[in-house]
Amino acid sequence: MKWIKITETSNIPKREGRSVKVGSHEIAIFNLGDRFLAIQNSCPHGGGPLADGIVSGNSVVCPLHGWKTCLESGEVQRPKDLQSCVRRYPVKVEEGVVLVQIEATAKGRETQERMCTA
Amino acid sequence: MEKLIVIGNGMAGVACVEQILKHSPRFDITIFGEETHVNYNRILLSSVLAGEKEMDDITINGLDWYQSNNISLRLGVRITGIDPVAKTVTGDDGSTIHYDKLLIAAGSTPLIPPMEGTTKQGVYCFRNLDDTRALLERARPGVKAVVIGGGLLGLEAARGLQVQGADVTVVHLMDRLMERQLDYTGGLFLKRKIEELGVKVLLEKSTSEILGNGHVEGLRFEDGETIEAGLVVIAAGIRPNVELGRKASLTVNRGIVVNNYMETSDPDIFAVGECVEHNCVCYGLVAPLYEQGKVLAATITGNRGPVYKGSISAAKLKIMGVDVFSAGFTDDTVAGVEAVRYEDPSLGVYKKLTLKDGCLAGVILVGDVADSHRYTEWLKDGTDLSAQRRNLLFPGSAPDTGCDVASIPDSETVCGCMGVTKGDIISAIHEKGLQTLAQVKEATRASSGCGSCTELCKGLLKAVVPEFEEDQKKVLCACVPFTQENLREMVRTQHLKSVQEVLDIYGNGHGCEICKPALSYMVDMTWCGDHEEDRSARFINDRVHANIQRDGTFSVVPRMRGGVTSPAELRRIADVSEKYNVPMVKVTGSQRLDLLGVRKEDLPAIWAELGMPSGQAYTKGVRMVKTCVGTTFCRFGTQDSISAGIELERRLENLFTPHKTKMGVVGCPRNCAEATVKDIGMVGQEGSWQVVVGGAAGKSVRKADLLITVESTEEALTAAQLFFQYYREHANYLERTYDFVERLGMEKVRKETVYAPPAVREALLDRLAKAKALSRDAWLEREAPVNPTQFVQIQPMETIAL
Repeated sequence: MKWIKITETSNIPKREGRSVKVGSHEIAIFNLGDRFLAIQNSCPHGGGPLADGIVSGNSVVCPLHGWKTCLESGEVQRPKDLQSCVRRYPVKVEEGVVLVQIEATAKGRETQERMCTA
Repeated sequence: MEKLIVIGNGMAGVACVEQILKHSPRFDITIFGEETHVNYNRILLSSVLAGEKEMDDITINGLDWYQSNNISLRLGVRITGIDPVAKTVTGDDGSTIHYDKLLIAAGSTPLIPPMEGTTKQGVYCFRNLDDTRALLERARPGVKAVVIGGGLLGLEAARGLQVQGADVTVVHLMDRLMERQLDYTGGLFLKRKIEELGVKVLLEKSTSEILGNGHVEGLRFEDGETIEAGLVVIAAGIRPNVELGRKASLTVNRGIVVNNYMETSDPDIFAVGECVEHNCVCYGLVAPLYEQGKVLAATITGNRGPVYKGSISAAKLKIMGVDVFSAGFTDDTVAGVEAVRYEDPSLGVYKKLTLKDGCLAGVILVGDVADSHRYTEWLKDGTDLSAQRRNLLFPGSAPDTGCDVASIPDSETVCGCMGVTKGDIISAIHEKGLQTLAQVKEATRASSGCGSCTELCKGLLKAVVPEFEEDQKKVLCACVPFTQENLREMVRTQHLKSVQEVLDIYGNGHGCEICKPALSYMVDMTWCGDHEEDRSARFINDRVHANIQRDGTFSVVPRMRGGVTSPAELRRIADVSEKYNVPMVKVTGSQRLDLLGVRKEDLPAIWAELGMPSGQAYTKGVRMVKTCVGTTFCRFGTQDSISAGIELERRLENLFTPHKTKMGVVGCPRNCAEATVKDIGMVGQEGSWQVVVGGAAGKSVRKADLLITVESTEEALTAAQLFFQYYREHANYLERTYDFVERLGMEKVRKETVYAPPAVREALLDRLAKAKALSRDAWLEREAPVNPTQFVQIQPMETIAL
């Protein structure tokens, strides 16, 4: 598991998201003002670009059909009781640069999905 | 079954039949109507003339009603004779029909004062749908219209003609307007208000001759003066239709005489409405019809018992912004009658109550009619007012509904137009589970007439249905639990200049996808440029100025004003589409071209190479102005719709609105660019423009309402701008114009835009001009993005194989 330097913090405006491609991963990184969070840039509903959504507290609303996903847990909060979730990526900021941690693809996704349905 | 013949298909006859049907079905009923229309609400003809209602809207009973009640309807047949011995009626179609019971509801005819020339072309009465249709066809900008008669009907006709653009003068014989209802001071206050609307008033003028060679050209008065006129409406009063009563040998004075049971002098003939005389009084208003009809229904169905005691004549003027109410006996020069008065010339408010023996005898209200219902009750009940002399004109701490609904007896009429009592409404609410005003209207017809009882109906709903909530009370969302109206006020008065500020002070601090865009709009509209724009509070479309598609790509619609383009533009569009592999180029419904499937990072370059401004097809803002060819090429065109449309688009483009705003301009009433189903439309006709608003052809289809008719293109553009800015300032976010005008009512919209005082209109236009000056083509951000990654995909600083 490696921390990957993504971009300067100033490139992601407050309360907005930006997408980035790292290898086969397309990641949406959000600036919540006091911290950064990252999830997969694809809504579990129709694959909508979550980085383009409106941030509501610690959630993001997909611009296509309004599904609401929690940026911290990765769970879909609306529609309710769906037990669907997106992949999360650990984020940290060092010297004004946003870093994202990516683990090996297949295994990582499996773990996440199991956690979500549990 | 006994045969009941009804002569007259007007409000009185049909309302009476409705009452008869409520008793046991013992009659085989035939109704004869001289007009060729089904039963309609005659008192709303003035609303049709004023463009507030369509002719179809004022139908009371459609054909299906007659069918389902097994009533034979004979329209276009005039009854010319009655034989009370043979018990038959004869129609002008030659038919003779037997009756067991006969009901005469023949109404009245307009009174034509003695003068020369009343048969000239262009001289009309204002009595039925045909008159109204004829007036609508002829009233237009530039036409000089004269209304003879300054009573209720005359004033409403004058206002209607003026709304249609005519230059209107009211000529009245007496020393004051509505002299039957108002005293001298009340008349003065009313005259001032009518003149403020732009209608001229001439008092104490007796017309001696209508001038003109075949067609009316003017009027001559008895004092020798003349006035120019291309259209004359005579509204000098009505005369009861009593000829049939005479033919049937009934007792006739001014009207057909009836007793307290509504019986005439013939035991099998009854009469109701404007053609009758009861206790030496003939009524010309609607409420007495219902009171008479109820009594008559009881008598004729063998339930003789209820008596008609006469009605208190109460009159309300239906002109927007001119509130006049009068009821009872208002002459205080008679011994034993004293008057209590209040007047405020600046506010234009005049109130007078007349008292006799400690009880209310009459009331005149001009400029403020909020208490009219309370006074009507006092009049009907004969309440002793000795104890509340200090609170007569200003009720102490009355509930804010203006009237405590609980205190109204069940038998009290709430809706005078439709004759619906409080009891009727309450039981309908209970039995049918009604929850909204619209349902109450549909089920009981209450509040579907002149609308003056709307507040009372709402009050009843509130009292009976705890869930009832008025639309206006809805809060924006849980994040900021205030109504949009409150929020607009807060933004303005508290000088809140960013979305986050509003959320921090009045909300939960973070907001959501519902309230953030709404607050963005409010802040932008209020401070127009003089504020901190927060892109994070806006939908993605408004961050990148393009419309997001289902696959995350965007669509690009350049502005093509009026739907007019050029070979050079088309060539650039073609080149750009090829260069950037645009998957689809499509003609939109808005007379523009749509480049679909564009990647976000290509947007700035495409805009630059197109060299055209943003068409705002992605936002709640000014979409387009669709035009037809107009006089430029079309052989039917009467106005230059293309130039007008392009100019309208130029004046409004780049501005944001509560919801998208689509417009259309057509050069003739053929309406090729569908202006009458647009948010704002201009419909050209010979010599004038109609400006229409609130049209829709989306999820719902709605024909736009007439805002005003004006002569010049410039006036039409100004009217459109006034409405546009008014909509921007007063509509809720995501409220389309068609919901907006229905919520506010066209009367209010007109009164606060095109008919507002000059200072108010100028202020609206000033605010629009200020917003326009600060607005800019959003696509210019291609050169100066608000942040470096607005359009650009972030590239990771290091790569890794994963």
